[in-house]
Amino acid sequence: MNDPTPKIEPRSGVERTLDSAFYWSAKLLALAIAGVLVWITIQVAIAAIPAMKEFGIGFISNSSWNPVKNQYGVWPAIYGTVVSSLIALVLSVPIGLGVAIFLSEDYLPPSIQRIIVFLVELLAAVPSVVYGLWGIFVLIPFLKSFTPLTGPGMLPAALILSVMILPTIAAIGRDAITNVDLGLRQAAVGLGATRWETISQIILPAASSGIIGGIMLALGRALGETMAVTMLIGNSNKVDVSVFKPSNTVSSLLANQFAEASGLQIAALMYAALILFFITLVVNVLAQLLVTRLQKI
Amino acid sequence: MNISNPEPSGYGEINLKRNLFSPRTLFGLGMSGLAGLFTLMAIVPLFIILSYLITKGVSSLSAAVFTELPPPPLVDGGGFGNAILGTVLMVGIGALISIPLGIMAAIYLSEFNEGKVAEWIRFATNVLSGVPSIIVGVFAYSAIVLTFKSYSAWAGGFALSILMLPIIVRTTDESLKLVPQDVRQASVGIGANQYQTVLQLVLPAALPAIITGITLSIARAAGETAPLLFTALFTQFWPNWDALLVEPTASLAVLVYNFAIVPFKNQQELAWGAAFILVMLVLVTSVISRLATAKRTY
Repeated sequence: MNDPTPKIEPRSGVERTLDSAFYWSAKLLALAIAGVLVWITIQVAIAAIPAMKEFGIGFISNSSWNPVKNQYGVWPAIYGTVVSSLIALVLSVPIGLGVAIFLSEDYLPPSIQRIIVFLVELLAAVPSVVYGLWGIFVLIPFLKSFTPLTGPGMLPAALILSVMILPTIAAIGRDAITNVDLGLRQAAVGLGATRWETISQIILPAASSGIIGGIMLALGRALGETMAVTMLIGNSNKVDVSVFKPSNTVSSLLANQFAEASGLQIAALMYAALILFFITLVVNVLAQLLVTRLQKI
Repeated sequence: MNISNPEPSGYGEINLKRNLFSPRTLFGLGMSGLAGLFTLMAIVPLFIILSYLITKGVSSLSAAVFTELPPPPLVDGGGFGNAILGTVLMVGIGALISIPLGIMAAIYLSEFNEGKVAEWIRFATNVLSGVPSIIVGVFAYSAIVLTFKSYSAWAGGFALSILMLPIIVRTTDESLKLVPQDVRQASVGIGANQYQTVLQLVLPAALPAIITGITLSIARAAGETAPLLFTALFTQFWPNWDALLVEPTASLAVLVYNFAIVPFKNQQELAWGAAFILVMLVLVTSVISRLATAKRTY
């Protein structure tokens, strides 16, 4: 053995500097992501200040949007945003839950099941503007043929929205259901419960926080969805109870008016954006809390 | 030994056969059928939309479409060469910002997992991915467009980078976590530093999955319209290199929007063609990434 005993030295100063530089740059950049959220909030809030001073909280309940007189209010847009999202949820929650259950049970062989899961995911990958294009040229003419719809309106917008948020409900619902402890299912079946007695009385209650989280996430998507809705809802700044009439949402108000706006109108649009941002932020944070609780079970 | 089979007392005859007509069986059958029907209803729209895109989109594609400029209303021919270039440019700018940032952030989350701080940053990433894309557009407008007093490809790329960031962080974080702990222990065991371990062992091992995530985020970003509407705007002309791209820039997604809402047939056909390209981009990358990650085992 001519191998001398290995010399053990502390790391050189250069190496230690490199190491801690690497650590700190990673940490800083990670913190920067949280920083982006804060930056967005501050940037939009500052730009909205002139409109906040001018219109105050009444901005939400005022329903005139008049660039000529510089009178702005977002009530019709908020009404349209909430109503279109709720209609979309009413349609896609039962269907999405059905998909989640169907694809987490053993109805289909696993290979086919994986393909269908993938196809449902693809629905979420189609760009929103393509949904809008299809809605204009196919869905609206189709709906016109048998409903009182005369052109763009709340109904086609809500229908397309429901298709767009369905994958979120289905995918997160399926995750929540498959995460339920197998022992619960076995115990229920062992006691003589049928498949659907197990699902409705054991699995769904156990998975409920994840399922609700998924629905909230979908609601967040629906509230902020822009292109498809802008192309289909008709952008009329009036509150109309009929779903066959044109309406407006906060995001389509922004999409339509921003490029040509100036002065106080920009501030008013920023104020509207801030309100939308705040609403979606609350919905998303609640959804994330529910979904993370699911992962810890 | 004689074990007598005790008669169940007080229960009468027990029937262990499933009664096909009992309410609980019927309820189960009905619900199963309903769930299957809903699943069918969920995937039908995908096929309807794809079939329209293929029939209407393919027919409007030609070689000229990729090289020519968008036509004015009522003029035949033309294409969206400038929009393809603009999309590539802006997604490229977005990727240049978000890839290094996202990968470093994910390295922090997965390699230096520090409990609370990492948990909060993961939470912030998830919340960021839920921020509506139009809000990101508004933000980029006030942060970049108002500051530099001009619509630009840079503002568009910046907006896209914010939308790509959470996707890249999440997929990278997940792929780093799939690298076995043994690799790290072995590396540290033979005396490697943190940065040597991460950059020379863990990152290369996770690279295929990371690239998959990046590809997905690029495909998503290419289809984003709302953040470009008032950051890059749109133009009928080629990107201007002399102006350093600080002027309105065309993109495929905004072209689809602009040409879908006009009454001119030729422009509408171009919108279908551009939509077809966007969807194919997303479709192909999704399928490839699915195949790539399906085979992946560390």
